[in-house]
Amino acid sequence: MRSVLILALIAQMSVASLLRAEESRGVNEQQMARVLRQAFPSAPPEWRSRLVPDATMATCVLWDNQPPKDVADAIKKREASRIRHPADGNFMGDWRRGEVLAQSGYGLRFTDNDIKRPNGGNCYACHELSPDEVSFGTLGVSLKGYGRTHKFDPQYARVVYEKIYNSQAVVTCSTMPRFGANGILSIDQIKDLVALLMDPDSPVNKSANAAPHGEAENKASPRGADAKKP
Amino acid sequence: MTRHLRPAMRSALLAGLLVAVAFAGLSAPRAAEPDAIDRGLEAFRAMLKADAWSNPAMLDADRGQAIWYERRGPRKISLEPCDLGKGPGKVDGAFAGLPRYFQDAGRVMDLETRLLWCMEKIQGIDPRSMIEKLHPAANEPVKDLGAVATWIASRSHGLVFAGPVSHPREKATLRLGKALFHRRMGPFDFSCASCHASADKRIRRQGLAELVNPEEARRTVGEWPAYRVSAAHVMTLQHRLYDCFWQMRLPELQFGSEASVALIAYLVHQAEGGTIAAPGLKR
Ligand code: HEC
Ligand code: HEC
Repeated sequence: MRSVLILALIAQMSVASLLRAEESRGVNEQQMARVLRQAFPSAPPEWRSRLVPDATMATCVLWDNQPPKDVADAIKKREASRIRHPADGNFMGDWRRGEVLAQSGYGLRFTDNDIKRPNGGNCYACHELSPDEVSFGTLGVSLKGYGRTHKFDPQYARVVYEKIYNSQAVVTCSTMPRFGANGILSIDQIKDLVALLMDPDSPVNKSANAAPHGEAENKASPRGADAKKP
Repeated sequence: MTRHLRPAMRSALLAGLLVAVAFAGLSAPRAAEPDAIDRGLEAFRAMLKADAWSNPAMLDADRGQAIWYERRGPRKISLEPCDLGKGPGKVDGAFAGLPRYFQDAGRVMDLETRLLWCMEKIQGIDPRSMIEKLHPAANEPVKDLGAVATWIASRSHGLVFAGPVSHPREKATLRLGKALFHRRMGPFDFSCASCHASADKRIRRQGLAELVNPEEARRTVGEWPAYRVSAAHVMTLQHRLYDCFWQMRLPELQFGSEASVALIAYLVHQAEGGTIAAPGLKR
């Protein structure tokens, strides 16, 4: 009951929390909107929405990415309801295509004009995955040996799919983009990435030095990497 | 700072560094020898300490100085009447007092925005003719405005950041900058804090400055404008922000916009008390 109430509250907050988020920093949203319009005069009309945080992001900003549990749970519930699953119930695609997607940072930048080229996931920007790739970022946890860590459990493929589709449904205010929910990657692309993580033949799990990192390291922190207070 | 050019030594070291970078393949997906870059940069930094003129950015500073004194624009007049906050023509130490509110313009400005304003108001140059191409492409030298900014910043080398925060507009700008820094927007849900609020994090191989941490801000912000080895040119702070917005999947940031000035004001405020080491050197 309580969570239903909070869910209703959150829906209402989509505008309200946005206003409050900026006001809490002494800037009102109207001023912010004006400043952003002026900052990006060449923005195509269909990009305007990019300048406005949705209800979840506005709430994260309001709470400095550390919402109280009630609010976090309500956000998770709402974000989970936005997840679309594969029609055939199969969560694993092809890890080879997944590796290409994990490498590619292409897409949605103002210089990315080749509409035939698919968006990438750019996972290596933040995660260690295949041990053969030494150029990886550390904003996210290491995913080396991820499938092995999770005993190649077919049930877990669904968990990974949902995480990639909508990371906010799993860890509120995470730094990780909502790849499916925000329309960056398609259902099939996300399946390929699940395979990259969960397929026993994927280099993430297969390479000689793909021994999983310590359990502790593979546990997602309860908060996003940018949760730290300024 | 003594003007002490040692071109042979400088180009030898630069060549070595470039080779290291090339081998590490900054643009290639695999960086086989990332440590070579770091070692090269360290050697280069040590050399900069001993001889600031070994930074290729000083060539741009030289060019910037010449541009400042040159009669330019429709009015064929130099930039000398430009008031950077310490009075017309006063260059030494001016950068350390920016950003600040300028009565004549009715707004807060950082160094680059002020230069653009002076070029318009004093020399009669149409800012729209410059604004679209104010940032150099890779391997292209920094544009004239950036060169002047590099020179002016270098004339505050060793001073401490002390931009004023007393005028109500300066306070409002700072609040705006902080709010912008934390606002999560765009299809990737990024804010500046997504990449710059934790210690010792990397995106791919690139180390990320923890800009919310004053100590780190003091260490990094004072190095701008900086010579960027991977792009082989001087990059200014306005240009850096333009690139970060690009990574955030947001639109093209307008040079000198209120948002860009506010973010710079926030960064400089974070770095308050830090020593200016411009022009610096970045990977
Ligand atoms: C901008 C940074 C960023 C990017 C890009 C990113 N992630 Fe993440 N990811 C994180 C962070 C931070 C965490 C830990 C917090 C969390 O779980 O949300 C995480 C957690 C995860 C987890 C959960 C790990 C666990 O604890 O079990 C998976 C799986 C994952 N990411 C997969 C991916 C994949 C696949 C991609 C590319 C399509 C990707 N990530 C792109 C930042 C990122
Ligand atoms: C998706 C990641 C990402 C986001 C979001 C991001 N940046 Fe950056 N930022 C980078 C990278 C990468 C570098 C360059 C690091 C290098 O070259 O070593 C950088 C460098 C910088 C630097 C120079 C730091 C130094 O080492 O001297 C500043 C200042 C900066 N960013 C400010 C910002 C601001 C302000 C925003 C928000 C408007 C922002 N960044 C958003 C990735 C990001």
